[in-house]
Amino acid sequence: MAKIKLAKSKVDKLVEICKSFDNEGSELINVLHKAQETFGYLPAEVQEIIARELNVSVAHVYGVVTFYSFFSMVPKGEFPISICMGTACYVRGAEKVLEEFKRQLSVPVGETTEDGKFSISCLRCVGACGLAPVVTIGERVYGRVSAGDVADIIKEYQK
Amino acid sequence: MEKYKMHILICGGTGCRASASEAIQNNLQDAIKAKGLEDEVQVVMTGCFGFCEKGPIVKILPDNTFYVEVKPEDAEELIEEHIIKGRKVMRLLYVDPENKETISDSKHMGFYKKQIRIALRNCGFINPENVDEYIARDGYAALGKCLAEMTPQTVIDEIKESGLRGRGGGGFPTGLKWEFAAKNEADQKYVVCNADEGDPGAFMDRSILEGDPHSVLEAMAICGYTMGADKGVIYIRAEYPLAITRLKVAIKQAREYGLLGNDILGSGFNFDVEMRYGAGAFVCGEETALIHSMEGLRGEPTVKPPFPAESGYNGKPTNVNNVETFANIPVIINKGASWFNKIGSEKSKGTKVFALAGKINNVGLIEVPMGTTLREVIYEIGGGIKDGKKFKAVQTGGPSGGCLTEKHLDTPIDFDNLIAAGSMMGSGGMIVMDEDDCMVSMAKFYLEFTVEESCGKCTPCRVGNKRLHELLDKITLGNGTREDLDLLRNLSTVIKDTSLCGLGQTSPNPVLSTLENFYDEYISHVEDHKCAAGQCKALMQYVIDPELCVGCTLCSRNCPVDCIAGERKEAHIIDASKCIKCGACMEKCKFNAISIQ
Ligand SMILES: Cc1cc2nc3c(=O)[nH]c(=O)nc-3n(C[C@H](O)[C@H](O)[C@H](O)COP(=O)(O)O)c2cc1C
Ligand code: SF4
Ligand code: SF4
Ligand code: SF4
Ligand code: FES
Ligand code: FES
Repeated sequence: MAKIKLAKSKVDKLVEICKSFDNEGSELINVLHKAQETFGYLPAEVQEIIARELNVSVAHVYGVVTFYSFFSMVPKGEFPISICMGTACYVRGAEKVLEEFKRQLSVPVGETTEDGKFSISCLRCVGACGLAPVVTIGERVYGRVSAGDVADIIKEYQK
Repeated sequence: MEKYKMHILICGGTGCRASASEAIQNNLQDAIKAKGLEDEVQVVMTGCFGFCEKGPIVKILPDNTFYVEVKPEDAEELIEEHIIKGRKVMRLLYVDPENKETISDSKHMGFYKKQIRIALRNCGFINPENVDEYIARDGYAALGKCLAEMTPQTVIDEIKESGLRGRGGGGFPTGLKWEFAAKNEADQKYVVCNADEGDPGAFMDRSILEGDPHSVLEAMAICGYTMGADKGVIYIRAEYPLAITRLKVAIKQAREYGLLGNDILGSGFNFDVEMRYGAGAFVCGEETALIHSMEGLRGEPTVKPPFPAESGYNGKPTNVNNVETFANIPVIINKGASWFNKIGSEKSKGTKVFALAGKINNVGLIEVPMGTTLREVIYEIGGGIKDGKKFKAVQTGGPSGGCLTEKHLDTPIDFDNLIAAGSMMGSGGMIVMDEDDCMVSMAKFYLEFTVEESCGKCTPCRVGNKRLHELLDKITLGNGTREDLDLLRNLSTVIKDTSLCGLGQTSPNPVLSTLENFYDEYISHVEDHKCAAGQCKALMQYVIDPELCVGCTLCSRNCPVDCIAGERKEAHIIDASKCIKCGACMEKCKFNAISIQ
């Protein structure tokens, strides 16, 4: 177990999370949700500790993490940008909005800008189809976004 | 609710929250306090009213005034004028786009006239975080009636007679499903609510859970009573934080009132509900995959039989139903099967909720009797196509469904008619498309989704859909041939016939239905290398008409790659070799000088 480099406080926190689910292997998904909520993402070390605590193989944990798109193995940006690519947003031009975000920030989907400020991801239907196309940044929801609005939106966060 | 003279209902659905409905609530409350009206006026945050297009919605009772597109800064005026002086704030009322009449009561609006609300009966009427309000509208009366007056079998018979079919997509008769689960003896059984809502453009189930969570809890308890299960599990997407919060509140309140837990209403029946979170995998909506995911595994489907009713969660008999299916149950028990089965069409009873979206004037959540035609939905409820464009297609059934056209507009919507027309009901996504939407791109969009979401367990779906996507990509790039079209069709048939689960068995439907209904469009892509809708970038060019261009320079200042040249007051020209086809110039030009060719 020498290869675990996580700070002790973090390890303790993880152990605690696992314990709160009775270290039950069948609670893996709930544990991962909680862990991602706490750490923002699920790096290999975190997965190893969870595997150890729940007494399941690391391969099993990894298999589950990679199966579900909600779980991420890389950290998100300080301001995670999500562009809705649900059908309603798609037909109202979400693709152009996405292209513009990628171009302005020079990062592909799923990655974070070098300064760690922004990351881009796609999600599907946030339930605000009336406002399509929809972009969320953290908790904030932007509706009726056009490619022309993208620069202004990014500016809001660059101060 | 009686204590107050007036109630102000604010939409707390996701759409309206995104347009600041919480700030409206705060401002209203401040204004009420400033006027010392706290004991007279109550402010309630409800679930989605349905008319999301016109959100944020604020409704005032008892006079039923329906305000649209309200802003936080309107709060003071609403209190001052409407509440205190009794005068409607005219500028915030809905104006009928046809006859320009101002309408203040929603039931006279084209959007609501043809709707019948059963599953959505409480959405936009009650505070979903207050069980008393649910109870005040007959909530938990059906559970009480079942426990006190009906045997499990008579409940099942009632549901069977109602003709209710599953709203999760398959349309399987609900009563029959309950009967199977009831007949399988076991020491432990489970009721599962499928709230995974995977269709990427739909928000029906989410709105029910956000607007009326108790209706689902009540129905799950009724189901538990019929099959002898004391545990219920709601499998919900982690991406639905508001629905999760409201469900948690509802479960807690129901327990406090003895409506969940041990010895419910003194009947000796025990039932409790817990939640499990999905993590963004479409295939987990499929019931066997969902059960594996609940067990903490990868959500891969398995072959049926065994059906969940025999061996489901933890290997025990399990009944899985969709959110909307459950939401119908209490009403059927309260009003009777014979009331319910008079609504709808011959083989599809009751209503269906649709998330109406896309290029339509009234985007929102609607509930219509089965048998309503697509034309009624699109033109009367939906208010027609946006920006006066021409209708082209309507997509139902999400990634498993198909595109229907002009010729299907008078088809009455029900399970069987939609399948006969080459699409399917699905869970209720309904996306309207206009002349600017390219059908090949649309098929590609869905296939992209399928490729991403295929769990990879079986080859036809894993590899076949990838090939379909590659072919479609090739066609949108202008490199397709006629042979590719035949290949698309053949491959689609193979995938449908040989895939293991419903995802693969239906994933080629968007391809097949567009091939069937829009073959010409495919042909013009492969033969003339033209995309009439102007969506396939590789097949188009932005050009400036020198006759119309006045040389205002607006376009060149907005071009992100500086590929527009021209002097002030002289015709501009686009360097096609550098143009990235972003469309910014065309959007900016005020003289309609730029077009796509
Ligand atoms: C790929 C796939 C995805 C599905 N997604 C959902 C879903 O998101 N919600 C749902 O209720 N049913 C979904 N279903 C249908 C379920 O398998 C199941 O039939 C349904 O939950 C049964 O409930 P019902 O009888 O009340 O419709 C899906 C099926 C397949 C094959
Ligand atoms: S059809 Fe697709 S989603 Fe279904 S089991 Fe096969 S690979 Fe998985
Ligand atoms: S914006 Fe239109 S009118 Fe102005 S220079 Fe460009 S093409 Fe000409
Ligand atoms: S489409 Fe975009 S890149 Fe091409 S000329 Fe217009 S603004 Fe420039
Ligand atoms: S599809 Fe984007 S919010 Fe629904
Ligand atoms: S979210 Fe407010 S009306 Fe739908």
